[in-house]
Amino acid sequence: MAETGTRTVIRVGEAADIPVGQGRCFVLGDETIAVFRQRDGRVFATQNRCPHRAGPLADGIVGGNHVICPLHAHRFDLETGNGSEPGECVRVYETEVVDGQVRLR
Amino acid sequence: MTVRGQRRKLVVIGNGMAGARVVEEILDRAPDAFDITMFGAEPYGNYNRILLSSVLGGAEAPTEIFMNPIGWYRDNGIRLHAGVKASRIDRRSRVVVGRRLRKDALAYTVDAADEDGAAEIEEPYDVVIIATGSRPFVPPVEGIEGAGAFLFRTIDDCARIADYARECRHAAVIGGGLLGLEAARGLLTHDVEVTVLEAAPQLMAAQLDAEAGKMLRKTIEGIGIRVMCGVMTRRVARSDEGVTHLEFTDGNRLETDMVVVSAGIRPITEVASASGLTVERGIVCDDRMQTSDPSVFALGECVEHRGQLYGLVEPIWEQARTLADVLSGVRPDAVYTGSKLGTKLKVMGVELASMGETAPASEDDEVIVYREPVNGIYKKLIVRDHRIAGAILLGDTAAADTLMQMYMAGIPAPERRADLLFGSPTGVGLLQAADLPDNAQICNCNGVSKSRIVEAIRNEACQSVGKVAAATKAGLGCGSCKSLVAQLLETCLGEVAFDPSEHYYVPGVPLEKSRLVAEIRNRGIKSVSEVFRQLAGGREDPDSKVGLASLLKTLWPDEYEDERDARFVNDRVHANIQKDGTFSVVPRIYGGVTTPDELMRIARVAVKYAVPMVKLTGGQRIDLLGIRREDLPGVWKDLGMPSGHAYTKAFRTCKSCVGTDFCRYGLGDSIALSQKIERRFQGVESPHKMKLATAGCPRNCSEAYVKDVGAVAIEGGRWELYVGGAAGGSVRKGDLLHTVDSHDEVLRFIGRFIQYYREHGKYLERTYGFVARIGIENLRKILVEDSLGVGRRLDADIRKAVDAYQDPWKEADAPAYAEQFSGPGLAHVLEVAENNG
Ligand code: SRM
Ligand SMILES: Cc1cc2nc3c(=O)[nH]c(=O)nc-3n(C[C@H](O)[C@H](O)[C@H](O)COP(=O)(O)OP(=O)(O)OC[C@H]3O[C@@H](n4cnc5c(N)ncnc54)[C@H](O)[C@@H]3O)c2cc1C
Ligand code: SF4
Ligand code: FES
Repeated sequence: MAETGTRTVIRVGEAADIPVGQGRCFVLGDETIAVFRQRDGRVFATQNRCPHRAGPLADGIVGGNHVICPLHAHRFDLETGNGSEPGECVRVYETEVVDGQVRLR
Repeated sequence: MTVRGQRRKLVVIGNGMAGARVVEEILDRAPDAFDITMFGAEPYGNYNRILLSSVLGGAEAPTEIFMNPIGWYRDNGIRLHAGVKASRIDRRSRVVVGRRLRKDALAYTVDAADEDGAAEIEEPYDVVIIATGSRPFVPPVEGIEGAGAFLFRTIDDCARIADYARECRHAAVIGGGLLGLEAARGLLTHDVEVTVLEAAPQLMAAQLDAEAGKMLRKTIEGIGIRVMCGVMTRRVARSDEGVTHLEFTDGNRLETDMVVVSAGIRPITEVASASGLTVERGIVCDDRMQTSDPSVFALGECVEHRGQLYGLVEPIWEQARTLADVLSGVRPDAVYTGSKLGTKLKVMGVELASMGETAPASEDDEVIVYREPVNGIYKKLIVRDHRIAGAILLGDTAAADTLMQMYMAGIPAPERRADLLFGSPTGVGLLQAADLPDNAQICNCNGVSKSRIVEAIRNEACQSVGKVAAATKAGLGCGSCKSLVAQLLETCLGEVAFDPSEHYYVPGVPLEKSRLVAEIRNRGIKSVSEVFRQLAGGREDPDSKVGLASLLKTLWPDEYEDERDARFVNDRVHANIQKDGTFSVVPRIYGGVTTPDELMRIARVAVKYAVPMVKLTGGQRIDLLGIRREDLPGVWKDLGMPSGHAYTKAFRTCKSCVGTDFCRYGLGDSIALSQKIERRFQGVESPHKMKLATAGCPRNCSEAYVKDVGAVAIEGGRWELYVGGAAGGSVRKGDLLHTVDSHDEVLRFIGRFIQYYREHGKYLERTYGFVARIGIENLRKILVEDSLGVGRRLDADIRKAVDAYQDPWKEADAPAYAEQFSGPGLAHVLEVAENNG
């Protein structure tokens, strides 16, 4: 018999609310999360605050599974969170789109 | 150092292309060595004679072809006797003697009439340069000197011909050579029927073989010019009304209302012979350009050098360099050894290049011919001892530049001769750099020799094409010599640390700018994502998006498909992001002039939105800093002022001083000019930002000398245009591009410069880097002298960009996409039932 349970997910709204190829910032309590909708349809999410000097990653440029911070152009891998500068990385969330809704874990 | 009194006196006779050029070259080398006086029979500064055909054809206004306007002489301390003809050099008392010509005199005729009662002008000299050029040859035809018959040599001739053509229905051109055809094409634009009469059995007999002549004739007839070959004109017949017809030696006749004679040229040598110098067909000069008198030199079309006369400008540039080296003392033993010549026909709709011989000289000469008669294509090569001895390209001149190099430098031809005409299938360059002589010019745009490049490689540790370019400028013009530079690297170092990505326009698309532009144009690519799809194997590169967006917008001002994700955040929301993620707003304040009403609106906005800081900027306007993204549309609407573009790679500001309105020193209306400039170019995008200024006098209170473009008013109602200035992280005084007479002219040349920068600047290259890279001389040639003939197109293209401008702050009312100005969204935590089955 299949085992049934529950898990915690974060719902950030409709995928359609995120402009194509861009990111958007969502607030969850004290935290801010950047959610990106890449042109190829993939959706990524990271902490919004750049580890360098707190630039808003959601306002960065996205492509090839990377985001470039708008303030000083440090670069982060959206799959792993690894940064271009030594010692810098960002938290990444797993994402899924269910019925047009973006969910993070 | 030379003290004023010790300067030597240089007198130049002839103020045409050769005379003015040699003076420029001398000033470059030794600005203080000479007191310079020039005699010019034409009552103007020097203009670009080559462009007279375009003037006749209306493609160029007469005022546009001046290379050295009168102001240039003044600025350089040169005394110019314009409209004064030198009659002789008195070598005993060492003076040049001249007389003012009558206003309506034909400057180049032997007996051009002096002004009534004109006194003799005498100018003492230490050194004389004769550059009297040549005059049109007038064939012995009865009646050819009367009304309705014209020669074609000067700007005045152009005006006379155009004037007369207005009353005519039919014009005949005697002479089917290079100039005759250009004149005919020019006349066509004056709504006359044109017939070209050529005595030889074919057109351009000096440059073409019979077959090419025949094909050219078809092409020429195709553009609407009638051609008659093998006809000799005997008489120009007139009635009281004017010219009625021409009579030919074979008894036939041609009805016509006017005649233009273009039957060759003859050197102007009277001054030299009257002064006792050795003259044969031209004024005889040695390899240092010295005549039979050691104080007298000569250059240009009036000269005979090693038995050769020249009728094109290329040799003149070489002669001018040599002579300037000699006279300035930079290289007193410099020599000119003669020029090999090639030529292109500048007739719209006809592609023709020719060089060297047109027919084989012996049985051993190889002749390679390709014909495509339907498309009017004919290519012919003559190869002697494995080197090009001559070539004709008609209908398709793509290979012309390479062939010209090989021909001029005597480079061996490749085994597969077909490669010469069609390029090598393997893409390997045809030119073998190692075979070139040391003094061969590799980069024709910037005049860089092989020896200079080898020196950079050996002594300056330049190991890649890019480093050689940085050190020598080779390859920074049209770029066509880069493969030669690479070969030299290979020869010197054994291998080339060639890093092609150095030249990519953006890192993610493996093409340098010109190739990228060509691909985008050919494929009609209008969006950034499409560039990645077609030119980068589908790999989207975030580092390349912004640069590509800027390029596409330049290439397709009104058709560009604007994908907002390719823009930097500043350009998505039309404001400048701050360290805390808020934005700054700088409304446009044209020329730094505002009104009480605007100031009150700004103040009200600052209060209403609790703007943390209001600051006067270094660009003469007001910055509202610390505004939240969601407030931006409201702020703009309340301000009711257009965007100042303080955030984007585009035209930013044009600062101004107070100028003539109030300043006691003002020479030009700098405020009106800066407002015109700002209204015209606002928001026009470019490789990097552009900040301009206008100053009402050379005190330069608005810092115009150190702006991307600065216009400075000078005495006489004129404006100097400086480009490539900087006073940010780098400091550089701008280079003088041009001096013009009016606000309109300022606007025109600024537009040309901006468009050229938009097309040729590298992404994120400020104009100070760009101007230094291209070189002001080259820019002047291209933008002012229009040496590439692109001036008109640049004017039209910048006009398009200007017309496509819209105030981005209008998006306050109509956002470009739904979430453009939204603040952060809210996220929620959910418990979700999960089936792990
Ligand atoms: C607001 C202003 C300072 C001020 O309060 O006066 C300013 C602010 C900035 N300048 Fe500037 N510059 C300002 C006038 C200048 C000037 C003076 C001028 O325009 O006459 C210069 C020297 C001229 C020049 O452009 O070279 C100047 C040279 C720079 C440079 C150095 C450029 C260079 O290549 O040397 C940068 C950095 C860059 O562009 O990469 C820069 C960059 C910046 C940026 C945009 C940095 C950035 O990318 O965020 C600053 C934005 C601050 C902000 O948070 O809003 N700013 N900056 C001035 C706005 C002028 C305007 O009205 O538009
Ligand atoms: C319509 C046209 C199109 C051309 N197209 C091309 C082209 O496409 N490519 C190319 O390479 N070449 C071209 N040429 C040729 C080119 O213009 C000449 O080779 C060049 O101008 C020669 O320069 P120069 O200084 O020797 O003579 P010029 O430019 O003729 O200058 C000589 C000047 O000296 C003046 N002068 C003469 N005698 C005296 C005196 N005693 N005292 C004072 N002044 C005197 C003359 O009035 C003249 O102004 C073209 C020429 C024409 C007319
Ligand atoms: S000089 Fe310009 S870029 Fe530097 S801190 Fe000041 S405003 Fe910013
Ligand atoms: S804050 Fe992101 S790179 Fe500096």
